[in-house]
Amino acid sequence: MEIIVPIKQVPDLVEELEINAEGNDLDREYLTYVMNEFCEQALEEAVLLKEAHGGTVTAITIDSGEADNVLFTAAAKGADTLIKVTGDFEDVFPDSHALSAIYAEVLKSRAYDVIMTGVQAADDLDGQLGPLLASRLGIPHVSVVAGVEPGDGVVVATQESGGGLTAELAVKTPCLLGVQAARQTPRYAPVSRVRAMKQEKTIEELDAPSVDTPRLRVRAMRTPESSSHAEMLTGSTEEIADRVVALLRERGLVKA
Amino acid sequence: MGDVYVIVEQRDGAIAPVTLELLGKAAEIAPSLGGQAVAVLLGRGGIASSASQLAGAARVIVIADDRLGAYTPEGYKAALAEVLAGREPRLIMVGNTTQGMDLAAGLSVALNLPLVAYGTQIAVEGSDVIVTSRVYGGKIDADVVLDAPGVVSVQAGSFPPGSGAGSPEIEEAKSLSALDGLSTTFKALHEPAGGDVDITAQEILVSVGRGIQNADNLEIVQELADALGGALSSSRPITDNGWLPKTRQVGKSGLSVKPKLYLCAGISGAPEHLEGMRDADLIIAINTDENAPIFDAAHYGITADLFDVVPAITERLK
Repeated sequence: MEIIVPIKQVPDLVEELEINAEGNDLDREYLTYVMNEFCEQALEEAVLLKEAHGGTVTAITIDSGEADNVLFTAAAKGADTLIKVTGDFEDVFPDSHALSAIYAEVLKSRAYDVIMTGVQAADDLDGQLGPLLASRLGIPHVSVVAGVEPGDGVVVATQESGGGLTAELAVKTPCLLGVQAARQTPRYAPVSRVRAMKQEKTIEELDAPSVDTPRLRVRAMRTPESSSHAEMLTGSTEEIADRVVALLRERGLVKA
Repeated sequence: MGDVYVIVEQRDGAIAPVTLELLGKAAEIAPSLGGQAVAVLLGRGGIASSASQLAGAARVIVIADDRLGAYTPEGYKAALAEVLAGREPRLIMVGNTTQGMDLAAGLSVALNLPLVAYGTQIAVEGSDVIVTSRVYGGKIDADVVLDAPGVVSVQAGSFPPGSGAGSPEIEEAKSLSALDGLSTTFKALHEPAGGDVDITAQEILVSVGRGIQNADNLEIVQELADALGGALSSSRPITDNGWLPKTRQVGKSGLSVKPKLYLCAGISGAPEHLEGMRDADLIIAINTDENAPIFDAAHYGITADLFDVVPAITERLK
């Protein structure tokens, strides 16, 4: 199977997120970008499918953040072909609609069986990349996938439907799957192997086509004002543990 | 013009709670947009009989076809795109569920409308619709202005359900050419695996997330669960890693729980998780990040290392 994995880089949520001076976007100047965790899942599932059934995995991303490093890391995990879409992404960071239009243009002339995206990303305010891209390419898609079995001209995708229910859907290829979880924890790529890939692999560069997609008007961005906040228990570990046990006793949640 | 459409989610004719929440909001805002709340109900032939459950809808567009008996993203999207083309709703609302993720983006492209995802509030200001979305793992709220028609996907649990079921006007959509020659076939629906502890029936849950770091450390939280006479549950990464069975997963794609005590450690509180536990009677959260969204859902919070606090609590309960 020929599999393409578009990789989204997202701000590292472990870091403090700052709002820009206009108050309508993140202050992107000092943001640290990491590979979207669900793209890691998609890449892992793609590599597992290749290892079990043959074929190739192509990783593609846009030239922003740590693009080269992300692609070489993908190679270290098993991606065969690396593509970087170049363009001016600094002034207007492409949203999911723009990204889907860019990838649709770039990928329409390529042969593939399955495109695997992460099911969602922390920054997709205007929707998830996967179903947008599938709609533009005119191919069927399934979101929230946690299992993929290839067949003859089809893949059988397991879709999580909420409440623990799962549906099995047979989809003719080419198709797009939004991956929630790979069948095993994404593998770790040692730094030495990523470094080796920088010597071994070449990144294919493609110019971004110009696209015209609706862009959302964000009036304000802020840290959520919560209607309620937890009462914080402070003090030493012993004092905190005492308070917790006292709270549980008051409510009859522990005996004695 | 001015109508607010809600794409109905149903299984075997039973309407999903999120649909009733959306209809409640649609009925509230539609008059100020000069329109009505309109439900769009898709399903097998005969699905129109479920329209009476759609409290809040003034009108129901029924798309009944046996090929829509089981949900497929492609079939539902094609049917909606065909039936909604040429109509001009002011707003189309879907739940931010599995189906909603499939359909919202598809409708956005097919109808060339902007899409706002992860909505938690919707308000009307003059002729504008303002959608507040919770993004970046629950750490940022964005107010988006829709001054023209658009699609919104809404987090479950954002609005109270609609009430006062009337007798909505029913409109049956015509036969659909869009459902011919589709590439997706529904094969089977699987119920959650049985045989494990039923976390939805537990009065006390100790729940663990990514902060536990590895499977060996689960022992620490299991001991607390044992001392409390409760069971162990988790957020998504723990079951994805195979450290606990899927039956223990709390949240959007797992189970919704409402125990007397939900004591969680190392869970940051992404919206997908909060959706499954925010109605617990007492929520105590332990997390190292003082800004973790879990503290907005919890009654009591502790900014600390779970590896210190959890054993200390367990010790006192023995």
